[in-house]
Amino acid sequence: MKTKLATLWLDGCSGCHMSFLDMDERLIELAQRIEVVSSPYVDFKYPDYFPDGIDVAIVEGSVSSEEDLHKIKLLRAKTKFLISLGDCAITGNVSGMRNLIEIPDMMDFVYNETADVNKGVMPTKVVPPLLKKVIPINQAVHVDLFIPGCPPPADAIYYALSELLNGNTPDMSKVTRFGK
Amino acid sequence: MIEKPRIRVKTFKIDGIDVTGRADQTVLDVAIENGIDIPRLCYMEGLKSIGACRLCLVEIEGQRGLISACTARISEGMSVLTKTDRLLKYRRQILELLFSERNHQCAVCVSNGHCELQNMAISVGLTHVDIAYLNPKLNIDASHRRFLNDPNRCILCNRCVRVCDEIEGAHTWDLLGRGVDTRVVTDLDEHWGISESCTGCGKCVHVCPTGALSEKGVSVAEMAKRRNFLPYLKSNRGIS
Repeated sequence: MKTKLATLWLDGCSGCHMSFLDMDERLIELAQRIEVVSSPYVDFKYPDYFPDGIDVAIVEGSVSSEEDLHKIKLLRAKTKFLISLGDCAITGNVSGMRNLIEIPDMMDFVYNETADVNKGVMPTKVVPPLLKKVIPINQAVHVDLFIPGCPPPADAIYYALSELLNGNTPDMSKVTRFGK
Repeated sequence: MIEKPRIRVKTFKIDGIDVTGRADQTVLDVAIENGIDIPRLCYMEGLKSIGACRLCLVEIEGQRGLISACTARISEGMSVLTKTDRLLKYRRQILELLFSERNHQCAVCVSNGHCELQNMAISVGLTHVDIAYLNPKLNIDASHRRFLNDPNRCILCNRCVRVCDEIEGAHTWDLLGRGVDTRVVTDLDEHWGISESCTGCGKCVHVCPTGALSEKGVSVAEMAKRRNFLPYLKSNRGIS
């Protein structure tokens, strides 16, 4: 039986997902043992967003909106082993820099002060309600493994996944760090 | 006739290893001489030790409290432990507190890859912080012609204060406030750029362990610090 893997993209730049793809030919090797059941990489749709019985979930980005919070809680409930991938997921990082500004001031800066089109028009749909503070994933749900880096090197992701598939506990501080 | 100073030598143990040092040395001095690594952030060779960061805490057998190795004088027959489970736990917690107190976005910091705080996190295996981030609002001082003060990255190690006072003799830097609200300030909390005492020597920038003090014009990960001038200056000026 293949290991069921899900990946989730919250408030991040997708660089961590790009770094995952940078595993290159090793993806083929991993595909022998892993089945991707939900991810921005694939196009499965489920009534409750995620399928049941996920073995490993990799989450990129911080928890910044009510939608993020809803998704991470759903995913945690259906996942055995959850990985925080990258500095935004672990510390807030660049996504968390808005914590220094009040939300109305930030919205004004983005949709008014620096806007080139529709100046001063605030979004009423698509943009989900923001949480007052951006938080790391481990402040919303329990996290089993942290892979820091911005983005974490493909080698670090490969090391973590292959160790987990072989039933070992990876020591991530040997292969990556904050800001790597 | 010049009387030779009497050198007293003391013998003791660090982590079960027999070591000797001069009576005026600290536990950290002797540990470094013997290749025993004790984590530290505020300590800097050439500056007076103040025990501010608490990372070099060690246990001394028979003593109840923990003591900072950089300020602890050695004594005959003492037995120092540097890597007990209790110490490793505390060091981790201290680092977590340092990361959570300010805004350390390593990925976009000038000192990324050259940062002592970052390196310390790696050495204790810290890959995340359990303590909630405080996200304080702190203003960057870019008023100086050549240098930048970003308090978001400051860990209050006090090296800038000490090097400016002890080596340069200007005492431009000092501390303002207490506890978690403490900040390093120039002169009487005025902009660095209008400081009358600052000589613009840049020693503070180069002893800073993080990206808090940096040179203008450097980008992410470009701010490597040069520190080898310190012991040289110290010996030249006859400061002990």
